[in-house]
Amino acid sequence: MTAERTPLPEIDAEQVIGIIVTFIRSQLEQTGFKRLVVGLSGGVDSATVAYLAVRAVGADNLLALLMPYRTSSPASETDALRVVEALGCRSERIDITPMVEPMLALIGDADDLATRVRRGNVLARQRMIVLYDRSAAFDALVAGTSNKTEALLGYGTLYGDMAAAIAPIGDLYKSQLRSVATALGVPAEILAKPPSADLWPGQTDEGELGASYDDLDRILFALVDRRWTAERCAAAGLDARLVAWVARRVARNEFKRQLPPVAKLSLRTPGVDHLYPRRRPGSRRGS
Amino acid sequence: MEYRIALAQLTPRLGDLEANFELARGWVRRADDQGARLTVFPELALTGYLLSDLVPEVAMRASDARLTALSREAPGMLVAIGFVEETESLRFCNSAALLRDGELIGVHRKVYLPTYGMFDEGRFTRHGDRIRSEAVGEPLGRIGLSICEDFWHASLPMLQAQDGARLLVNLAAGPARAPGSAAGLAAIAGWHKMQDTYALLGTVAVAFCNRVGNEEGLTFWGGSRLLAADGSIIAEAPLYEEALVVGALETDDLRMQRYSLPLLADERLELVRRELDRIIAERAGFPEPPDGDEA
Repeated sequence: MTAERTPLPEIDAEQVIGIIVTFIRSQLEQTGFKRLVVGLSGGVDSATVAYLAVRAVGADNLLALLMPYRTSSPASETDALRVVEALGCRSERIDITPMVEPMLALIGDADDLATRVRRGNVLARQRMIVLYDRSAAFDALVAGTSNKTEALLGYGTLYGDMAAAIAPIGDLYKSQLRSVATALGVPAEILAKPPSADLWPGQTDEGELGASYDDLDRILFALVDRRWTAERCAAAGLDARLVAWVARRVARNEFKRQLPPVAKLSLRTPGVDHLYPRRRPGSRRGS
Repeated sequence: MEYRIALAQLTPRLGDLEANFELARGWVRRADDQGARLTVFPELALTGYLLSDLVPEVAMRASDARLTALSREAPGMLVAIGFVEETESLRFCNSAALLRDGELIGVHRKVYLPTYGMFDEGRFTRHGDRIRSEAVGEPLGRIGLSICEDFWHASLPMLQAQDGARLLVNLAAGPARAPGSAAGLAAIAGWHKMQDTYALLGTVAVAFCNRVGNEEGLTFWGGSRLLAADGSIIAEAPLYEEALVVGALETDDLRMQRYSLPLLADERLELVRRELDRIIAERAGFPEPPDGDEA
């Protein structure tokens, strides 16, 4: 009963794949790039982006980067390699451990959540540095792997895993991603395991968020897409406390989804009244 | 008689006038090869849709020689195409030009500029202030041009039908809302219902040309359609893919449709006007217009 009144957002995976492939090709065409770089974690999101990228530009034009840290789960790397093998795309393995250890030493090894998050942010931002550097070397755009659930909850590192040139799966909830990943043929092992940022041993998204993605997505779909009030969500049978927590989290993380505000001083200010599409004639590379 | 109409469901290049003129010339020639006497392009086909502050950079007069030259590609063919118009009073409008043999036959300036949700048109362009139909000669007589959102206001197509249009031509740049979901299908179904209804109630044929492609993350859904005056589908383009679709309108059917279903002729326009005057006066707080009721 509850499931019917507050459904998960359903999609037609094949149609969604077609639209994302068009989007990727159009972005590359408009920017003058032919290639993409994706950071492969071994999880379902980055695997899905890699599969979509290969559909859009072919395996030769995708560089998959594996960027383990010394505490990363070996299973993550095994799963990332499954994707590389299945797709036949280029790949590089770059161990970020020596890059981040001096910085992590500054943070220290306290085990409270705030310190763990700081350390996690360093890993995510170091991976961003590697991705952007390799994208320059490979002459490619960085394809982001953030999904809509993460973006709305602010479950991501600003200028870390949230940094990208394009966001192919940014409007897909985690629960929707599974059907897209399945339609794309993402390996079953990747679909089966619990989602994890793997920023510290034993971390799982659902453990850290304190709710299942299905529960979170039902609430987000009701609050955001259907514009329901928290009261209406609760009346329809959703957990009122979880609804309130999600609503607060969406509001508190609004800043992560926008460019920083500019103190307006001039006649025309970028982002305020100097407004252009990202690409226009003359802005394409090589034009 | 058969009147062949082409719907040029293409992907314009954002902000690139030269490239889009080149594209349009090619599609006009292809439509000509298929015997089209009217070719309909999408809204803003010459400029792309999400222009923001590029508007003044791509704007042109309706009399611009590049526009009129486009219709010389195919002698005798009517071409309806969307562009950014800079009017004589320096208003920047989202407009549709109707051209033939190097001549500008008419211009429609988008009246209803969506400025809500994912749309921000009213921020960058000004609304048109005329709802007319254009004389194009037999066998169509007159046609009514409109642009995308204009069709979400039933008054506009119904006025054009009353003004003598036998064909309504809507040029669109409709971005998909929630594509791949039930809500997305419902949005497209909404467009279909509306077109079917105008054809039926206006006893007019309808040519709807919607663009495809992607701009800044928006994907335009295509699905262009040509409907007969009884609402039946003559031709339909695929969703999301470029396509030149040509269909033949049977103008004799249209004639008999008007005879057997004289809805337009039966319309009580004077009654409509009186009630409109009353509603407008009440809303604005004007003194009530004299009551025309018979004593």
